[in-house]
Amino acid sequence: MKKNNFLHKHQKTLAPLLSLVLIILVTASITPGFLSIKIVDGHLFGSLLDILHRATPTALVALGMAVVIGTRGIDLSVGAVIAISGAVTAVLTVNTDFPVWLVILCALGTGVVCGLWNGILVSIFNIQPIVATLILMVAGRGIAQMITEGQIVTFHSDVLDAIGNGYFLAFPIRVWIAIGMIVLTVLVMRKTALGLFIEAVGANVRASRLVGIEARLLVLSAYVFSGFCAAMSGIILAADIRGADANNAGLWLELDAILAVVLAGASLAGGRIYLLLTIVGVLIIQTLTTAILTSGLPAQYNLVVKATIILAVLLIQSPKTRQWLSGFFSKNKNAGKSSTGKASTDKRSAKP
Amino acid sequence: MINERNLPILATLLVFIMLYGFGMYQYQGFRDTLVFSNLLTDNAFLIITAIGMTFVILSGGIDLSVGSMIAFIGVLMAYLISNTGMHPLFAIGIALVVGVAFGAAMGVIIAFFEIQAFIVTLAGMFLFRGLAYLINLDAVPIDHPFIAGLYDIYVPLPGRGGLTFIAMAMLVLLALGILIARRTRFGMSVYALGGDSHSAALLGVPVKKTIIKIYALSGFYSAMSGVIFAIYTGSAYPLAAVGVELDAIAAVVIGGTLLTGGVGYVFGTFLGGMIQGIIQTLITFDGSLNSWWTKLAVGGLLLFFILLQKGIVVWVKKRSAS
Repeated sequence: MKKNNFLHKHQKTLAPLLSLVLIILVTASITPGFLSIKIVDGHLFGSLLDILHRATPTALVALGMAVVIGTRGIDLSVGAVIAISGAVTAVLTVNTDFPVWLVILCALGTGVVCGLWNGILVSIFNIQPIVATLILMVAGRGIAQMITEGQIVTFHSDVLDAIGNGYFLAFPIRVWIAIGMIVLTVLVMRKTALGLFIEAVGANVRASRLVGIEARLLVLSAYVFSGFCAAMSGIILAADIRGADANNAGLWLELDAILAVVLAGASLAGGRIYLLLTIVGVLIIQTLTTAILTSGLPAQYNLVVKATIILAVLLIQSPKTRQWLSGFFSKNKNAGKSSTGKASTDKRSAKP
Repeated sequence: MINERNLPILATLLVFIMLYGFGMYQYQGFRDTLVFSNLLTDNAFLIITAIGMTFVILSGGIDLSVGSMIAFIGVLMAYLISNTGMHPLFAIGIALVVGVAFGAAMGVIIAFFEIQAFIVTLAGMFLFRGLAYLINLDAVPIDHPFIAGLYDIYVPLPGRGGLTFIAMAMLVLLALGILIARRTRFGMSVYALGGDSHSAALLGVPVKKTIIKIYALSGFYSAMSGVIFAIYTGSAYPLAAVGVELDAIAAVVIGGTLLTGGVGYVFGTFLGGMIQGIIQTLITFDGSLNSWWTKLAVGGLLLFFILLQKGIVVWVKKRSAS
């Protein structure tokens, strides 16, 4: 038993990491050259870099989503916020002579406002998060279309081009942006009391209120953070295609983000969240997508694969499954002996 | 005195009458029965989906898989009819059984593994969309004389309007939904479950069985909606009905069903779906407004009804406290 202590302790951390390594190895064995990385003009190129490059928008959104899920919430509106912030970026670049930093600031500002809207509905009006964010999810794309007046607005800006497709120190700039954001979030969540408070609110609102945590403000700020992250992602996605597509920008991204957080082992019932593992979750999803693409299967197959994986993870995570499994094993162990002792304690401990 | 539980559905009725009245006042063409019968036909698949969703939301759950189910059932039907030469009636039967089975399977996962309905049906949403792609990647026509015959069934009304087969099927399914909700033990269990699942269990409601039946029923209604959608468009497309789950939830909420479960009417959902249709028709009639206004208007109405519900709940709590 002692030998397994390390494995047991880090089971939650190891599972997503091992799956990522496994998926990469399997893909590499199918697709030759998958692992190779070339240096062209001082930039790194290769499938793995491509995965990092494509994963950044999802990673940013997932970061915000993880914090929101930590408060026992969910943010369905991130896709719509991506569309809105992309639209703002494009329209301001084309129609005004704002300097780029101001354009980006405005786009991020819209994300914050969207987050504020969600947060107010959830924390002040006490509306269930799924429903509260559903409103913006429905209306958000309408708002984005209103901003772009129904057109796909294309723009040109050197700085935005760099954000979308530029390189810095051999890595894509957007990857650096994401890394910066991840480091910042992890520091704030793990080195200050804020992270603890947010998880406390998610685990038990009433208890956290009793120990003096300002739950409303925390929940509100979680949604603002999610809106901010989504806006960042929206700017990158718009910069990537040099245009704003109100209908398709960030479509289905909320699902990928939620999936990544769940893959990382967070419970949707709030409480503990795992930021770095969430990023691993994003990489798993992106690697799968890329693997399916490079293996020559139609891109649409990844929906079935994703669905099967979510279901498998959910079933494994379910406390019920563990209860049944442990019940099953303890029954087997005690099959020959008097089966009263252990089984009954199991039942009792499983009850609450 | 009016029961406060009925306030949301009264508000729904008022909004419906006001919007329809506004249309009749503003546009000559709106007064014809044609507009009404078109509303019934064009929104049939949405309303049918939303009826199933009503049961789910009444029980305090949510079903995000319905839009994908519509697409999947349509593609499955098209495949069975054109590739195996099966009679459409058989194909429809198989499609419905598949829909119910998938719904029930999600129900089993929700009930026995105690995983949130939201995430399970989200997985279902991916899965059904993916399965639709596995069968077929492109839009295919469903041309069979039987399907075309169904589409052409028509009962004229006074004026230029008339009831199509699609509209009638929707009305029959609506009546069935109302009966199930109001006149069966299962319906009562759904309301009890949404009100308070603990007390429901203590009162002897078979919680797990009811949950499975609820998602099976939602599967049935969304599969039925898939069939109707296929007849309506005469084709099947794996990307059909994207986002319908949200429209259906919006229809249920605008129809006055409490999102926390336990309170609401199937008929309200019908009104909720019709209201969305009216908004769309009004925007088409106006001509100068863009289609995105529909999304904004529906979003606004959604907000209004959610806040109304919240207000009523708070008010009732305060009154019972004093």
